[in-house]
Amino acid sequence: MKYEDAIAKYDPVIGIEVHVELGTATKMFDAAPNTFGGGPNTNVTPVSLGLPGALPAVNGKAVEYAVKIGLALGCEIAESCRFARKNYFYPDVPKNFQTSQYDEPIAFDGSVEVELADGEIVTVPIERAHMEEDAGKNTHVGGSDGRIHGAQHSLVDYNRAGVPLVEIVTHPIVGTGERAPEVASAYVRTLRDIFKALDVSEARMEQGNVRADINVSLRTSPEAPLGTRTETKNVNSFRSIERAVRFEISRQAAILEAGGSVLQETRHFHEDTGETSSGRVKSDADDYRYFPEPDLVPVEPARAWVEEIRSTLPELPAQRRRRLLGEWGFSELEMRDVINAGLLDPIEETVTLGASPAAARKWWTGEIARLAKQDEAEPTQLATPAQVAELAGLVEAGKLNDKLARKVLAGVAAGEGSPSDVMSARGLEIVEDTGALEAAVDQALADNPDVVEKIKGGKMQAIGALMGPIMKATRGQADAGKAREMIMAKIGG
Amino acid sequence: MTDTPQNRGTSQNADAPQNTDTPQSSSAQQTADLTRLTAVELSAGLRAGDFSATEVTRAHLDRIEQVEGTVNAFITVTGDVALATAAEVDRKRAAGEDLHPFAGVPVTHKDLVVTSGITTTAGSKILADWVPPYDGTVYRRTKAAGLPLLGKTNLDEFAMGSSTEHSAFGNTTNPWDTTKVPGGSSGGAAASVAAFESPFSVGTDTGGSVRQPAAFTGTVGVKPTYGSVSRYGVIAMASSLDQVGPVARSVIDAAALHQILAGHDPHDSTSLPGEVPDFLAAAQQGASGGALEGVRLGVVKQLAGKGYEDGVSAAFRSALDLAAAQGAEIVEVDCPSLGYALDAYYLIMPSEVSSNLARYDGMRFGLRVEPEDGPVTAETVMAATRAAGFGAEVKRRIILGTYALSAGYYDAYYGSAQKVRTLVQRDFAAAFEQADVLVSPTAPTTAFGFGAEKSSDPMALYLGDVATIPANLAGIPGMSLPAGLSEGLPVGFQLLAPAHEDARLYRIGAGLESALDSARGHSLLAQAPEL
Repeated sequence: MKYEDAIAKYDPVIGIEVHVELGTATKMFDAAPNTFGGGPNTNVTPVSLGLPGALPAVNGKAVEYAVKIGLALGCEIAESCRFARKNYFYPDVPKNFQTSQYDEPIAFDGSVEVELADGEIVTVPIERAHMEEDAGKNTHVGGSDGRIHGAQHSLVDYNRAGVPLVEIVTHPIVGTGERAPEVASAYVRTLRDIFKALDVSEARMEQGNVRADINVSLRTSPEAPLGTRTETKNVNSFRSIERAVRFEISRQAAILEAGGSVLQETRHFHEDTGETSSGRVKSDADDYRYFPEPDLVPVEPARAWVEEIRSTLPELPAQRRRRLLGEWGFSELEMRDVINAGLLDPIEETVTLGASPAAARKWWTGEIARLAKQDEAEPTQLATPAQVAELAGLVEAGKLNDKLARKVLAGVAAGEGSPSDVMSARGLEIVEDTGALEAAVDQALADNPDVVEKIKGGKMQAIGALMGPIMKATRGQADAGKAREMIMAKIGG
Repeated sequence: MTDTPQNRGTSQNADAPQNTDTPQSSSAQQTADLTRLTAVELSAGLRAGDFSATEVTRAHLDRIEQVEGTVNAFITVTGDVALATAAEVDRKRAAGEDLHPFAGVPVTHKDLVVTSGITTTAGSKILADWVPPYDGTVYRRTKAAGLPLLGKTNLDEFAMGSSTEHSAFGNTTNPWDTTKVPGGSSGGAAASVAAFESPFSVGTDTGGSVRQPAAFTGTVGVKPTYGSVSRYGVIAMASSLDQVGPVARSVIDAAALHQILAGHDPHDSTSLPGEVPDFLAAAQQGASGGALEGVRLGVVKQLAGKGYEDGVSAAFRSALDLAAAQGAEIVEVDCPSLGYALDAYYLIMPSEVSSNLARYDGMRFGLRVEPEDGPVTAETVMAATRAAGFGAEVKRRIILGTYALSAGYYDAYYGSAQKVRTLVQRDFAAAFEQADVLVSPTAPTTAFGFGAEKSSDPMALYLGDVATIPANLAGIPGMSLPAGLSEGLPVGFQLLAPAHEDARLYRIGAGLESALDSARGHSLLAQAPEL
């Protein structure tokens, strides 16, 4: 069914589980290094391999990171919480149970504000954030495209087994209507930005540091009870999240329209087709036989420690945005452009170095962004905040006009040094030699008697018609203000 | 140094160097004498230079060679490992280097303790050929103290059983009567000590697995406070109940071994922080006399009388009388919730077992069995491996535990059992207001014959753990020491102390032991028949 038709008939409800791999030095429960890459089964200890007799011991840094995430999401931090065993047989889970948290998560009851592309703010309610360990990675050999179906044998790499994760679970997100796909994607992007700001994870989607499971269900109206949901696992890019939600809404609507019922199941998203398909059914997935992990004592984050962490939390993206909007006087639209272009950091630094917010925004989102696009580079690769601040200062002081400043920037981008270096090397300073300027003005007045008449008649804007010839004569280096003064003096006198 | 599966079994080490300092020491007479000494006596003799660690170790290996055919206390004998450690101790002693006071006194570990390079089976077919790549903390500690490892002792598969008959490596016999079981699951540990194959042994106790075999074999067995000894590298049965403990021929020797094993281990988050109390000093103080004067012994109403064999009750009562004659005050205490302890234990234990034993699936280590027909998938290999590798008792407990943890049953079973556990702890706390230690017979019976545990209703045998299980549920320390004989078989006397009061057990236990030995004129084991 077409998405527009599906949305017209049904009210979508989404729920998102985000897993983030923490950037701790070691794993969640043992001293094996927590690093990406390396030969198969090299970053392992008896604990991460689940050898007989091995016991877990909680990584204190991982608890600290989980508390940071919980606080950043406005959650309560549990005074005492426990780990639990989630029992199921699968070869990538070395103990055949995952050590996770079940009924006692470390953080709960929070919310996060998510900004959509048009500036609309949606508040996403957070149910909980809990700690757990990652599983290993299966590789199926001999079948088509690496799938288990038709494979001759499978290999397991336990390097990832035991990597610390925090899983963040939302309450059902209601009332988003046709914007559900956008909200899902923006929510995960917001979390990703928070993880980066907190410095608790590399938070690289393409490396699988952040993974999202997307629940979607439909109901006939916002008053109706929740419908049956599907869970699309491991969607790994913002765009895919949006597409997956969109596809599921259309797919489920078609089923419901045909009088069928949606099957509660795990589904997989396919990047190539943009579709989801029914996932594998684990044989004993229905009952994980959770029980408190007897090998670990409860985790009891001391209140003073939690408050200490709270006091050292960095400014989060939403707070910063709000603060800078106030400080800089940008419009919502201007601020959104800056954020979407990824230029908030360099602009803030440029302002810190003395440039006006308007000038910093103008140069970064204007000429530098244009040059970057043309060179297929990042703006920050072409200029530094210090260079831009210097450039803005030169314009402010009247040593450069906009046109000259653009030329200076081209030189800076080409690696010719600081703006003042480029200015002197290329001879781009505004001409202050009144003799040369006066000659150019006199010539322009002589060549355009009709314009002179207009000015005399009080049409001041006609002065603009003289500026072109003057700039041409001075190769653009004339100070427009001075030229204007001179014209007025000559005509008036 | 490694010991591979090929040289499992009793090994002779004819090629090992003789100790040239004491050429006369290898006489058969002295060899026999060395195995009769307690660990404390061996420690003193080694330090005095009366004999070398190599001689002590060789004497025990000879004894093992002599009696193992009858006793079968070991799954693996590690003669090469033991002699290498002994030679190293002798070298260090000759060089005047610092040594642990018990360096050179041999030890055995239950085959549940993970030993790098030495096959570790847990008594199961599923791990029959598993050679671990790391050391359990308790093995690391005995190695660091310079205790030569004589071997790995037999046990009920994954420590599940009370007779050691549930081992995949044959029955161990009771040195008092080889037609009887040695108890279990640390039956090999207890038998090796009772048969003078080892001065002391490391066992584990989940519901009485150290104390009951100690009772059956006339030895001393201790289950320390939960967390006193690290469980890292001890193959888990039921994590919240398992505790490593010593088996020895005297309370002082048990204290000495506990001292070596105890201490905080960052690898086991349930291990106790802080300083280890001086157990050995407490035992020595208790043995020096007067330890029972004014001590209140609380006889637990629920753990005496009904259900206990007459001979067991009689031996227990006469030990109590002796204690009273030494100045102890006998009080009766009531712990009503102990009536539910067994039920709670048989829900919590199998629940944890079902999860702990999930990792034995043929994927990473140990036995791997492919299905005879049908597709070979991870799932079918796991099923075939577990079907072939686990014994009946292990399977029974996995099934029980899987059921008890199932959705919809958790609250009724595991949840309720945890509540009982809290009640047991409260009852004990109240009882310890009235008594310094609580006492009972260790087991309702003396050692039973082979086949009894396997053939009869398992419920009847589960009842044999009624007196030992409460200590595991509550996490408190317990000790069994020999009270006397009933129809020629040893009877165990159990003492329980509050959590973290293990030293109290050693002090009072050593006092009672020395009173019993004095009354008898010798230790009970001196009466054991020659093998």
